[in-house]
Amino acid sequence: MDLNEGSGRDHLVSAASLPLQPGTGPRDGAPPVLEMRGVTKRYPGVLANDHIDLDLRAGEIHGLLGENGAGKTTLMNILYGLVTPDEGEILLDGKAVQIREPSDAIARGISMVHQHFMLVPVLSVADNILLGEEPMAGPIFLDRAGSQRRIRELSKSFGWEVDPNQRVESLSVGWQQRVEILKALYRSARVLVLDEPTAVLTPQETNEIFSVLRKLRAEGYAIVFISHKLYEVLEIADRITVIRRGRVVGSRRPSETDEDDLAELMVGREVKLTVERGTSHPGEPVLVVDNLHARDDRRHETVRGINLSVRAGEILGIAGVAGNGQDELVQSLTGLRRPTSGHVTILGRDVTGHPPAALYRGGLAHVPADRQRHGLVMSFPLDDNLILTDYGSRPYATTGGLIRDPEAIDKRADELIAEFDIRTPSREVAVSTLSGGNQQKAIVAREFSKGPSVLILDQPTRGLDVGSIEFIRQQAVAMRDRGVAILLVSAELDEVMELSDRIAVIYRGELVATVDGRSANREDIGLLMATGRAAANGAQPDTVTQ
Amino acid sequence: MRLREAGGNALAIVAVPALAVLLGLVAGAVVMIISNSLSTGVTDLTLPLGAYGSMLAGSVTGLDELVRTVSEAAPLILAGLSVGIGFKAGLFNIGANGQYLMGALGAAGTAAAVSAWSPWAAIPMALGAGMLAGTVYGFIPGALKAWTGAHEVVTTIMLNFIAAATIAYLVTGPLRTPGASFARTGDVGNAALPIIIGRQTGTGDLGILFALAAVPLAWLLLSRSVLGFEIRTTGANPSAALYAGMRPGRLIILTMSLCGLLAGLAGAGQVLGISHFISASYSTSVGFDAITVALLGRAHPIGILFAALLFGLMRAGSALMQIRERVPVEIIDVIQAVILLFLAADIIVRTIFRIRTERGGVEELKTVTRTYGGAA
Repeated sequence: MDLNEGSGRDHLVSAASLPLQPGTGPRDGAPPVLEMRGVTKRYPGVLANDHIDLDLRAGEIHGLLGENGAGKTTLMNILYGLVTPDEGEILLDGKAVQIREPSDAIARGISMVHQHFMLVPVLSVADNILLGEEPMAGPIFLDRAGSQRRIRELSKSFGWEVDPNQRVESLSVGWQQRVEILKALYRSARVLVLDEPTAVLTPQETNEIFSVLRKLRAEGYAIVFISHKLYEVLEIADRITVIRRGRVVGSRRPSETDEDDLAELMVGREVKLTVERGTSHPGEPVLVVDNLHARDDRRHETVRGINLSVRAGEILGIAGVAGNGQDELVQSLTGLRRPTSGHVTILGRDVTGHPPAALYRGGLAHVPADRQRHGLVMSFPLDDNLILTDYGSRPYATTGGLIRDPEAIDKRADELIAEFDIRTPSREVAVSTLSGGNQQKAIVAREFSKGPSVLILDQPTRGLDVGSIEFIRQQAVAMRDRGVAILLVSAELDEVMELSDRIAVIYRGELVATVDGRSANREDIGLLMATGRAAANGAQPDTVTQ
Repeated sequence: MRLREAGGNALAIVAVPALAVLLGLVAGAVVMIISNSLSTGVTDLTLPLGAYGSMLAGSVTGLDELVRTVSEAAPLILAGLSVGIGFKAGLFNIGANGQYLMGALGAAGTAAAVSAWSPWAAIPMALGAGMLAGTVYGFIPGALKAWTGAHEVVTTIMLNFIAAATIAYLVTGPLRTPGASFARTGDVGNAALPIIIGRQTGTGDLGILFALAAVPLAWLLLSRSVLGFEIRTTGANPSAALYAGMRPGRLIILTMSLCGLLAGLAGAGQVLGISHFISASYSTSVGFDAITVALLGRAHPIGILFAALLFGLMRAGSALMQIRERVPVEIIDVIQAVILLFLAADIIVRTIFRIRTERGGVEELKTVTRTYGGAA
């Protein structure tokens, strides 16, 4: 915990040294609620946090920006007691504190809302909020009545009507997020860390969460807002700290910066935020889906008669709120789920219900939504992962597909690592040690380089940093220009709008509208996503044509 | 740099098992001293040195002793590989014991029937029957899991009992040899495996070669073959295996059948090489010891070889230990149990020896714990 060892710190602009302008934040001049000083964390071969200084004031929303692997998560995990720093200290109200585990953090009023909600779906809202800190009425029974009253009061103070008895699984994603926030507030949090809270929300839900955050700010809460959506950080934050490669590389106020400036700080070079998508020259239909029906694991029909057709050299984007049948649609097209009825053809060949291996042979490539669950084997080395979907074919398997050829695999791995700029110490490290962006690049490298005729991209940039997003989107456009038929499914409306030549909106398992990708209006699509209907006075979308 | 990395990893992988063995020996020593002091009234602190000394003397000091060690290790190697390959596929094969028994039954029954044939025909027949019986007995829980989702831990435990009952029934009934004073199968006759090494006090039969050959074959399968890659992928991430175009159901059946084949071969080798018949109450614990062997060997064929040799050594040397130092042979069960305990609770070993690397953990245990979680 030696602060004097801060070599190379001097030339960096730290958040703490940035003078606060009077009148810009609600509680300026107040001492910081929380200060992190010289926080350093080393992992073998990596300096995850390099003498990071960060401060947080009451009534402030502090935006934290950085590429994946830049060290944001490590820093927040240190704050939350999940990781022990090698150097540096944390001060709460000016006093140094030790945070060894999350319970220390919670006891001191620091709460974290994770990107992936930590809620138990089958429990009620109240039970989820109380979990881990159950209030007792006497030695045996829970004080349910009292805690429910508190939850109602707390939620009402934000203008929410939450029924404490409702099961969490029946709530929308936006409401689940509010339960997470309520949970934090219920534990008397003063410092709230939100890790990419808008990643899974519609534009409307994002606006609602923003109004909640503004209310919390007005009441004096200190909020760390982590996001990779630059315009959101610019909209909501009072100060923005940018981290790159474990260091604070800059601190900005929204009024004195813009998206390009922030992106450049994050990545360390100039970044094109919008992909030059150019014009597309669609050819013949390659992937044709005819009246497809499918059920989810609980036997509910979630794909209800979908018709679509993707032509060679075009990107068809599917926009929709998560859980409207996108998962089952993609699984039905990629051999991971057997559709209940309907037909899928690729290049005129009926491939309905074919297993993945047969589909791959027929020219399909698939970037799955969940890279850690489906796309990669995390404990395997990078080279094995780079051939995961063609492990059994030449040249990676010889002697009739029985014996693996390590040399061919190594050679392929080296090529892909170079071509797709996968940052890794070697091709032999477990893929779990790579950053999220590089993991996704590994999948993209593998699937894009197979020479597919149909490419299914499911949430291709979820949770990635701007640099990786830029790269993957450019690669997708390049694939389109090479005549590949691309089906893009994404919960990020921005992504669908930016890449798609046509946009189809999915709502409760049906495509409710197909619109032109270049003239589409963000609000109209948002409304279609949320209600399945176009606005009465808005631009009328084309009807579904296929 | 690369070399140091690799060396560091190897050390970390071996650290927990090696220290678990050390703790097992220490615990064995403590038990010896206490039990000796309770039974004789004398507290002899040097007793463990003498006991472990005579254990070594009985297992490694000469050719006969070494052959005995390897001979004891042979079934553990095969059954250990059976459990270990299961771990690699994410399957917890508790049924190695039943597969071993079925292998022994198949070999004993067939051998008795062909005992008058030429050895060139009788041995392959009997061995083949043993392996086939084991394979079928592995196929059953594999198919049940792949087709119906029935958990292999539950089905293999039940199949273990069924195997013992099947032996009791067949050996008291159809396979009973007439004229014997108790229910047993007929002598294996010409189907007996030839002695290939050693003199009178320690002989090794052909079964040793099968066990030793299985180690490099298993390594080739897991590390170099496409099937092995599929097995490992299914074990590490079944969802990714499905996405990659593998067929997890088929792989589960195949792997369990292979596990059964290995354990069945172990049983067949014991009957044809050593016991030459089975009785109606024939039983074994090889299949359960194999779980410890597989965990101690970190499910790696080479590791399993060394773990099995260590257990073989203790068994080969325990008789001399009992004769010379009056330490009952059961002490090796204590040592074995403590080793398993420390492997399972590796956090204890890490705390005692301050091992910090995260790689030190016994990853195969995830299969054990995960399989109990019920995730198919």
